[in-house]
Amino acid sequence: MTPSPDQPERQCIEADLVCVGFGPAVAGFLTTLTRSMMNDDGTPRLESKIAPGMPLQISCYERADDISFGVSGVATRARAIRESFPDFDPSQVSMAAPIEEEKLIYLLDPIGASRRSIALRIADKVLRFLRWLPQFQNEALTIPYVPSFLRKERGFVLSLGQFLQWAGSNLLGSGLVVIWPGTPVRSPILEENEVKGVRLVDQGVDKDGEPTPGYMPGMDVRAALTVVGDGPVGAVGQQLDERFGMPEGNHPTEWAVGAKMVVELKDEVSLEAGTIYHTIGFPEPEIFGFMYAHTERTVSVGIFVPSWFKSPVKTSYRYLQHWMMHPFLWKYLEGGTLRSWGAKSLQESGRRGEPFLAGDGYARIGEGSGSTNILTGSGVDEAWMTGIQLAKSVIRLLEEDKTFSKENLENTYVRLRRSSWVEAENRIAEKSRDGFSGGLLRGMFGMALTGLSKGRFNMPAPKQPGSMPTAEQYYKGKISPEEIQRVRDECKEKNLPAHDALMDQAGWPQIRFDGKLLISQQDALFLGGKVQAAPGFADHVAFLHPEFCEDCGDKVCVEICSGQAIERAPGGGVRFDREKCVHCGACFWSCTHSLDESGKTNIEFRAGSGGLHSAEN
Amino acid sequence: MSSGFHIVVCGSIVPDPLQTLEPVTDSSGPGLRNELMLPSVLDPWASHALYEASDLAKKHPDSKVWWLALGPKAKLQQLMMSVAQKVPFELVVVDGSASGFVESWEVAETLAESVESINGLDRSRLLLFGGWESASRGSCSTLQMLGERLGIHDQFQGVDELTIQTDGSMRILERVEGGKHQIAVCAGPPAVLGWATGKLPEPPNNPQVGMMNMRSVMPALQRARTTQVGAGGVTYSSVQLPEQRRNTRIVENATPDQIAQELVEWIKGR
Repeated sequence: MTPSPDQPERQCIEADLVCVGFGPAVAGFLTTLTRSMMNDDGTPRLESKIAPGMPLQISCYERADDISFGVSGVATRARAIRESFPDFDPSQVSMAAPIEEEKLIYLLDPIGASRRSIALRIADKVLRFLRWLPQFQNEALTIPYVPSFLRKERGFVLSLGQFLQWAGSNLLGSGLVVIWPGTPVRSPILEENEVKGVRLVDQGVDKDGEPTPGYMPGMDVRAALTVVGDGPVGAVGQQLDERFGMPEGNHPTEWAVGAKMVVELKDEVSLEAGTIYHTIGFPEPEIFGFMYAHTERTVSVGIFVPSWFKSPVKTSYRYLQHWMMHPFLWKYLEGGTLRSWGAKSLQESGRRGEPFLAGDGYARIGEGSGSTNILTGSGVDEAWMTGIQLAKSVIRLLEEDKTFSKENLENTYVRLRRSSWVEAENRIAEKSRDGFSGGLLRGMFGMALTGLSKGRFNMPAPKQPGSMPTAEQYYKGKISPEEIQRVRDECKEKNLPAHDALMDQAGWPQIRFDGKLLISQQDALFLGGKVQAAPGFADHVAFLHPEFCEDCGDKVCVEICSGQAIERAPGGGVRFDREKCVHCGACFWSCTHSLDESGKTNIEFRAGSGGLHSAEN
Repeated sequence: MSSGFHIVVCGSIVPDPLQTLEPVTDSSGPGLRNELMLPSVLDPWASHALYEASDLAKKHPDSKVWWLALGPKAKLQQLMMSVAQKVPFELVVVDGSASGFVESWEVAETLAESVESINGLDRSRLLLFGGWESASRGSCSTLQMLGERLGIHDQFQGVDELTIQTDGSMRILERVEGGKHQIAVCAGPPAVLGWATGKLPEPPNNPQVGMMNMRSVMPALQRARTTQVGAGGVTYSSVQLPEQRRNTRIVENATPDQIAQELVEWIKGR
């Protein structure tokens, strides 16, 4: 798009450092950096190059409308967080509690609709036969042993939103950093192969990005170092990957969409703050769940629907409801009230999804840099640690008056990261989930093998991982092809995703809404997620070749969309409603149409404004 | 003589209404559960006043906008990261409670002292802007009392439009009953204008305006004086919750006619 002469000029400002995104990694980075910026006498220790005599000028741009709108219920060992806050007092952070009890629960299928392998069905029968065991209650088996690699001893239960609010308030209070919420970053500014800062998104544009009367081109923020911490589906990270490629052998092939709720339990329910349950086995064997008890009778509950769950009708929302209603969990949740709901993508390739961590003028930190540990199921603490590591490196380079070149960043930040526990543990975890593409039992056995042998032995992935089946293949023996086609046609006519109707047909009971906790997906969107979309921004989900969407049979993007923001369009294609989007990003990695060998799909997930507006997630 | 205005906009924070707001009463009085951890927004009535002030200042050279905010400093600082990108202003901060339970006269007294201490403020050119109501208190009493304490006699409430006429007089539309406006003409400043919604949309975020404002915002926050408004001496015999605005029922298979009929009955019952 070329601005016409009567359109406003693109503004440009300079900073010493610019940060993209305000998640745990950037919060850890800024917390560490700001503590070293000033001398005791009030003079700058780290002096700005663009404003001599002043401390470093740092701008941080966050897409969400507030720094507290992050999504994650967190159970963390908090090793990195404690490095920053050795005397961390959870009572200072709303909803935070020290971890008191940790259990791993195997959930049987009390309905009979779950797609279980023969081996798993036999295992369930054996367990039911042993129902007199004290560990067997409410159609669930408490596994008597939680492997050490899973345990979060001495850790904390946190609401990521509330924790970031606390950390961000501390940072803003220092007066040394500005964090701008509601300000998505469109792209890195690339000159040759050097990142020179970032360009913010245009405002005053229509859904296609064309200028309207209030047009304001996105500002350029030029900086010596761009800190990229925009998460697993961030626009800047994606563009850097596209420009520089990935290190040989690395590729972010595994993902999950995490859907969660914050629930206030009814008065009669007693669940000690700091209790955490990990669940496996239900609603589908591939779906893991969690329940973390916060303070004041609130819990975070949620599930992870992984990319290796080869279902063409996967829906995180309906599965979340069935999971919550499992007797083991429902004994706590029944009668509860929804306080918040949200969803996000998780980059589950871990270290194998690691991009180039540094280049001329930029460094990558956090989940988008492959820091999440897929064996321990831990990401926040690892992300925070990468922020600390980069901050220490930046301080050193500034003190030595060195530039932020690729070489200098590799000699400091990357070297520090390679020698840390984040790297060591991610190396162990690297192949821990390979077995899951061969089924739950194989996957669980593989995780245990990797974890207990500290990575020396791993369960190999099947030689030919399965591709996404059609609905006809997936429901073979349960629903006839004719019935599937009838459901498809009916849903197309009603403009609805097909997952609800197909799950009904496959034996899943319909959810009876209670108006408090069991509510429709659209109600969850607005009552729980409080989703907002400020006017004047372009759509951030784009279908690159609409004709491919028209030919696409199952349209997995429609089925998995956490906000029902992608729907079937007249003519056979799909369309996007920005006002419902929670920015989870599941669409872009779920699209089954690969455009090239890099794995780029037909959906482009760009920088966009708005999304979830709840501070409790 | 300059024709510009010196506009002081009074406004502060209210909890983001989209969050779960749960009233509680503790030893310090009524409040909200986890109030300090909830994100805040600029009181929507005051925000209209701020945008109108900025628009007026832009149209009249040599005008200046101060934003006078009484609220917890840390929360105001966080709010600035959003609001400071909207329009240019110079911030004046008083660090204290922004609770709607603080008596209006106390707030007015504190704000009056602050207005009087603004350096370079020309009282003959002063337009005192604010919301005619607040999202945290359902009255327009604070701004009236503030005007009285500053000796400003021309006061207008429920303002939707201010037009500066060619002779310098101000034509003001104030809301009255029945969706109508009362038209008033005032010779000029000083005057108090309590804004209703005004006519302007919320401006987009302009990062450059944000950077410019931050030059004055950070020093203003650092030199904010502390006040003890609402700190004691008040006993609350009863506190009533606002009327519930959403009452979800699950009704299956209702026809459009039935829904329309229910809406009509609900409106009649108001």
